[in-house]
Amino acid sequence: MGIGDLFQGLFGAKKHGGNNLAPIEVNVKDERSLVGQKHSCSSCHQQLEEGILETNAFVCPHCGHHYRVTAQERLKLICDTGTFQEFYSDVLSTNAIGFPGYDAKLMEAQKSSGSNEAVITGLGEVGGRKVVFAVMTFKFMGGSMGSVVGEKIARAVLLGAENRQPVILFTTSGGARMQEGIFSLMQMAKTSAAIAQLDAAGVPLLVVLTDPTYGGVTASFAMLGDVIIAEPGAMVGFAGPRVIEGTMRQKLPDGFQTAEFLMEKGFIDAVVPRSDMKRVLGLLLDTNLPNKARIRL
Amino acid sequence: MSQEEIQLKLKELQTLAIKSNVDIGSELNRLSEKLSGSRLSPDDIWKKVEMARHSDRPTTLELIAAMADDFIELKGDRCYGDDPAMVGGIARIAGKPITFIGHQKGRNLKENIKRNYGWAHPEGYRKALRLALQAEKFNRPIVTFIDTAGAYPGLESELRGIGEAIARNLKEFSMLKVPVICFIIGEGGSGGALGIGVGNEVFMLENTMYSVISPEGFASILLRDASKTKEAAHLLKITPPDLLGFGIVDGIIPEPIGGAQSDHPTTAANIKQQILDSLSRLSAKSPEQLVRDRMNRLMGMGRFLDESAPKPGFFQRLFGIKS
Repeated sequence: MGIGDLFQGLFGAKKHGGNNLAPIEVNVKDERSLVGQKHSCSSCHQQLEEGILETNAFVCPHCGHHYRVTAQERLKLICDTGTFQEFYSDVLSTNAIGFPGYDAKLMEAQKSSGSNEAVITGLGEVGGRKVVFAVMTFKFMGGSMGSVVGEKIARAVLLGAENRQPVILFTTSGGARMQEGIFSLMQMAKTSAAIAQLDAAGVPLLVVLTDPTYGGVTASFAMLGDVIIAEPGAMVGFAGPRVIEGTMRQKLPDGFQTAEFLMEKGFIDAVVPRSDMKRVLGLLLDTNLPNKARIRL
Repeated sequence: MSQEEIQLKLKELQTLAIKSNVDIGSELNRLSEKLSGSRLSPDDIWKKVEMARHSDRPTTLELIAAMADDFIELKGDRCYGDDPAMVGGIARIAGKPITFIGHQKGRNLKENIKRNYGWAHPEGYRKALRLALQAEKFNRPIVTFIDTAGAYPGLESELRGIGEAIARNLKEFSMLKVPVICFIIGEGGSGGALGIGVGNEVFMLENTMYSVISPEGFASILLRDASKTKEAAHLLKITPPDLLGFGIVDGIIPEPIGGAQSDHPTTAANIKQQILDSLSRLSAKSPEQLVRDRMNRLMGMGRFLDESAPKPGFFQRLFGIKS
């Protein structure tokens, strides 16, 4: 059992059949495939007018259900128009352990997601404040963390330390990218070590957890923000609910692993709806300025 | 020359290269990877997995007892409780004080129930961090023994923040100003292993494994057939020669004939020798240098293509990419 097994809790778990009470995992493609047309909300089932989700930041106007968004969509919502400059897009995955079919899988993911990896990194502005961004996208192989995700996040964090600019990380991930074997595991240590340097430099790290964030990402940079906020209803955990319920035969409490549950247990600072996210990030950026007294590493 | 002798020679060359500051390490790694890759059959690999999980292998506390002049176990995370699946304390090895931290499995069912089969909870990782920071405060080197199938994937673990506990260890261990030496003494299972696995030097015993996921999990998820565990273990590249080739670990500690389980004293003596060797090298470094070295090691982990790399020649050599 390991980080990779946790995927089971999100996507697989067929062998623990009969456990259909676990929270329903709707992937981006299914949930979002009808957006643009008239259809009903996947959460409250109320009718949604054509195009209403796009104008409402992909949040259901009836029940407030937050649909998953891609990294590009996220940046449009948070970053001032025209300020985002992408960095490190030349860092690309390679079949590090020679896993059969991985190259094809990567190409397929690039085609279907419109991204070349599961994270976009770069520099942008939030209400005129310069910020280093690392924004994950679940659409690319379930937001899984391989060498490229680790490298790009580490570079973004170190850029923040170097430039003394705050870093904002948006997470969404099923965990480690198993096709890269041990290299994927090591990205947990690499990203966390980069954050240790940002921390020593006295530069703030703001983490926003979005649905879903699991496994090796939860056990590394997702939990290391100076401030950790989450979107309403986002599922966040280490092991997936089905792994815990199925393998360990434990009954789970209501609302287990939701953002609200994590806040109640003391692991995140706040649950912030998408409509208020830019204001809250602005406030946090204004009140957590890089500490000039800290020596740059 | 036998394969083992070639491997030994390669290792010698590697050490020489590091000492004399010649950058042929990556080339040598590739060579050693090639050699080892051709050596182990799927059956051999599976044998290693079985050996790594063997219930008679020496445990953390047994190894410490076998190599220490003196030892006191220190318990508790000062927050929630004491986790019997993770142990730690201070020992004197050849007169030198060292903080030991490690997963603890049981030898039989009763012990394993107490030790939760070596699956640690958040309080285990928080105890490990407490002892590591204590060691740093008193300038004591740290040795960790990794032997777990993973961090406990249960309800209580989640409620007490297993993700946060492991994440914090990864961050804090990377900045420790004392030497940290890690040994995989049995199963190196994923984040639960890495949670005490960030060090200046990392070694694997000869018959151990280190993997992002268990072969069983990999088989059922990626190969979509739970019975393909042997194939999974083969594809995942989890044996010591694989990891040495990848540059993830620094060396392989030989086990006695028949494996570690057949001769605990010799196994302990081999590990002790490596601890003393590593310490003589690491103790000469300044605290800043130790942190820098560890950081460089961590930042270098990963394999990818970088189209904008400043030195394409270097990357081509390192990753074997044809331009």
